[in-house]
Amino acid sequence: MPKTIKLMQGNEACTAGALAAGLRFYAGYPITPSTEIAELCSEELPKIGGKFVQMEDEIGSIAAIIGASLAGKKSMTATSGPGFSLMQECLGYASLCEVPIVIVNVQRMGPSTGMPTSPAQGEVMQSRWGTHGDHPVIVLAPGNVRECFDLTLRAFDLSEKYRVPAIVLTDEVIGHMREKVELPDPADVKPLRRAAPAGRTGYKPYAADPNGGVPLMASFGEGYRYHVTGLFHDETGAPSSKTEVADRLVRRLQAKVDLHADEICDYASESLEDCEVAVISFGSSAMSSLSAVRRARKEGVKAGMLRLKTIWPFPEKAVRELAGHAKTILVPEMNLGQLALEVERVVAGRARVVRIGKVNGELFRPEEIHSAVMGAK
Amino acid sequence: MSEQKKVFFHVVREKWCKGCNICVAFCPKQVLELKGGKVAVARPEDCIGCRMCELRCPDYAIEVHEKGPEPAPGKDAANHDYDLPPEADHA
Amino acid sequence: MSEMLSYFRQERLPHIWCPGCGHGTITGALVRAIERLGLDKNKVCVVSGIGCSSRAVGYLDFDTLHTAHGRALAFATGIKLARPDLKVIVMTGDGDCTAIGGNHFIHAARRNIGITTIVMNNEIYGMTSGQYSPMTPKGFIGTTAPYGNLEPHFDLCELAKASGASYVARATSFHVPLLIDLIEKALQNDGFSVVEAIAQCPTYLGRRNKLGSAVDMLNWIKDQTINAKAAAALPPEKREGKLLIGELHNAPAPEYTASYGELVTKVQRSFENVKGGLWECAPNSD
Repeated sequence: MPKTIKLMQGNEACTAGALAAGLRFYAGYPITPSTEIAELCSEELPKIGGKFVQMEDEIGSIAAIIGASLAGKKSMTATSGPGFSLMQECLGYASLCEVPIVIVNVQRMGPSTGMPTSPAQGEVMQSRWGTHGDHPVIVLAPGNVRECFDLTLRAFDLSEKYRVPAIVLTDEVIGHMREKVELPDPADVKPLRRAAPAGRTGYKPYAADPNGGVPLMASFGEGYRYHVTGLFHDETGAPSSKTEVADRLVRRLQAKVDLHADEICDYASESLEDCEVAVISFGSSAMSSLSAVRRARKEGVKAGMLRLKTIWPFPEKAVRELAGHAKTILVPEMNLGQLALEVERVVAGRARVVRIGKVNGELFRPEEIHSAVMGAK
Repeated sequence: MSEQKKVFFHVVREKWCKGCNICVAFCPKQVLELKGGKVAVARPEDCIGCRMCELRCPDYAIEVHEKGPEPAPGKDAANHDYDLPPEADHA
Repeated sequence: MSEMLSYFRQERLPHIWCPGCGHGTITGALVRAIERLGLDKNKVCVVSGIGCSSRAVGYLDFDTLHTAHGRALAFATGIKLARPDLKVIVMTGDGDCTAIGGNHFIHAARRNIGITTIVMNNEIYGMTSGQYSPMTPKGFIGTTAPYGNLEPHFDLCELAKASGASYVARATSFHVPLLIDLIEKALQNDGFSVVEAIAQCPTYLGRRNKLGSAVDMLNWIKDQTINAKAAAALPPEKREGKLLIGELHNAPAPEYTASYGELVTKVQRSFENVKGGLWECAPNSD
C-alpha cells in the first residue's frame, strides 16, 4: 500500500497512532482540547470492530479502560488537566496492578479550569507524581504532529512491554495544529503483542524476577481465574500486608522502568557536541527553541538543543553528559519551572541552569528564546 | 400410607465456625448447640433437613446431607492443609 | 462436601468477616445461584470496590477484580463491553455503591449494561469502623454521627429503577432461599440487574445502636421487611415503615453491549467497500 500523505491535526495523529498500535477500546469524557480524540475514536472504532463508550466522568473512563485492558483489549483514554487530576487514583491502580493503558493528556493552562483553549506544560511533575505512593509511569512528549502518531504507537508498545501505564503528554498547540504527515504503511507497523503465560495450573499472575521483572499476566476470560487487587499483594495476587512482600513489590515495580531507562528514554538533539549554551525543552516549546538555536548558531554562538521525547524516565545520562561541556543550560517551558527541577538536580551545579517560565497561555516566540540564548553566551 | 422418615447428617467445619450462634438460634428443632464456642450437633435425629443452618451460616461451617449410602471419605476443605504440596497426599 | 465450595478459593478460607456478619451468607447465596445455573467458571468475572462487602471476590474462584472505592461498576463496564460474552457480576456495599459510587451506579443502570450487581447493604461503613452511610437509618449512631444521623437514606431499589435498571430486587441475609432465587433471576436477566441484600453488621451498626447479637439483628431485619407481593394487598398503614422484599421491578429492555454490537455490525457493513480513512491505520489482525 502506498504511503499516505495527509494534512493531519495532532489529536488526529494520536488517534491514528493508537489505531496502528491495535487500539480496540476507548472510554473517555469530552474535555477541551482533547475532545477530537474521543470523537474520532467513536467514529473509527466501530469500523474495525472496536468499542467506544463515553463514560459519565473521567474517573469512570480510566476505570473502564483498565477493565477492558484486563479483558484483553488495548485501551486508551484522552483528557486534559482537570480530567487528568481526576484520573490519578486509578492511574496508581493501573501502575500497582501492572495493567497496560495509554492516557493522552493534551495540556492546557491550569490550575483548575484555567484557560481551556490555551497551551501550557504544567503537568510535567503531575504526570510523574500525581498519584500517591511510589509508582512507575512512562511519559512521552511528542514535538510535532508526526510524532503524535509515532509516540502514541510507542506508548502502547512500552505500556504492554513493561506493564506500566504510559502517558502521552501533548498540549493544546500540538493537539490542534495541522501539519503534513507521511503515515507509514500499516503493513510496516508491527505493534507489540501482549505476552501470554503458558500453563494454567499453578498460575501466579504476579510472579516475576524481583529485579524489575515483568509478570506474564493473562487476560480475563481465558480460564486463568486469578485475582487482581489494589491492595498490596503477593505473587498469587492475594492481598498481603507482610513487610517483605510490600518492600519487594514496590521495588520491583519501580525497577521495571529504572533498569530499562536506557531503552525507554528517547530524545532528539541538534548541535550538542560542541555547544556552550544548551537549550533543553519538549513539546511546543521545542519548536520555538529549535528556531532560536539555529539562528544563534548562524550568528556564531555555539548553541545546541536537547529535545525530550520521553520526559519520564528522565534522560539523566544525556543531561549529565551535556553538563560536562555546556556552560549554560536554558530550560524554556510553559510553566514556572518543572522540567527545570530535574535538569538542576541532574546537572548538580556543574553548569548554570536558567529557568525560562511562561505562564500567560501563549507559546514561546523564537525571539524570546533567542535573546535568552544570546544573553547567556 | 406412611412416608419413610428422612434421616440427615451434618458436616461441621470447626476450623471455619466462629461461634456466631445463628444456626443454633434459628434451628426449628433445636438440633444444634454451641460447645466451646463451636457448633455441635446435639440431636441429629430431630433434624428435618430444612437447611436453614447451612443457608444462613456466614462461614460455610455446617452442611446438611440426607443420609444415604456412605459417602466416600473426601478431602474436606476446612481440614486441608494448603501449604503442603499435592505429593504429600496419601489417598 | 458441598459442590458449592468448589466455586471458592478454598485455600483462602476462613474469610476475614466478623463472627455473625451477613456478608458470608450473601456471598454463599450468590454462589448457590451460580451453581444452580451451572455457569462456566471460566466465563464469570466478579468485580468489587472497597469495603467489607468488596472483600468477597478474593474468596471466589473466578477472574476477580478488587478495584478502587466506588468504581467497581466503571471497571466492570470496561470488562463487559470488551468481552460481552463474559458473565460480569459486581459485589459492592452500601457506601461503595451509593456514596462514592453513586454516579457510576446511576449510569450503569441507565445504560442497562449486562452486569448483575449485588449490593450488600449493612447500612454502615464497616471496614473503617462504623461511620454512617447513605443507607444508615435516620437517628442511628455512627462514629461520624455521634449525636444521631440527620440524613434520610436512599431507597436503593427505587434509585436503581428510576435510573433504568431492568431487574431490581431486594432480600436479606435472613431470607436466604428468597435471596438465592432473586439472584438466580438477576443473573438470567440480560440487562442491568440489582439485588439489594440487607446484611447484619453486629460489630458496628449493631453494637453502637444496641441492636444485640447477630441473631437479634437478623430478627430485627426480618421484622422490618414485608414481602412485596403480600404488601400489595395490604392497606398503607400496614406497609408504613416496612422494607419491601422480593422482585420489585422486572422489565426487560435492550442490553447495552448487545445494542453496541448491532451498531458495530451496521457500521462495518456500510464501510466495507469504502477506501481511505483513519481506520485504515489499524492493523488487519489484533
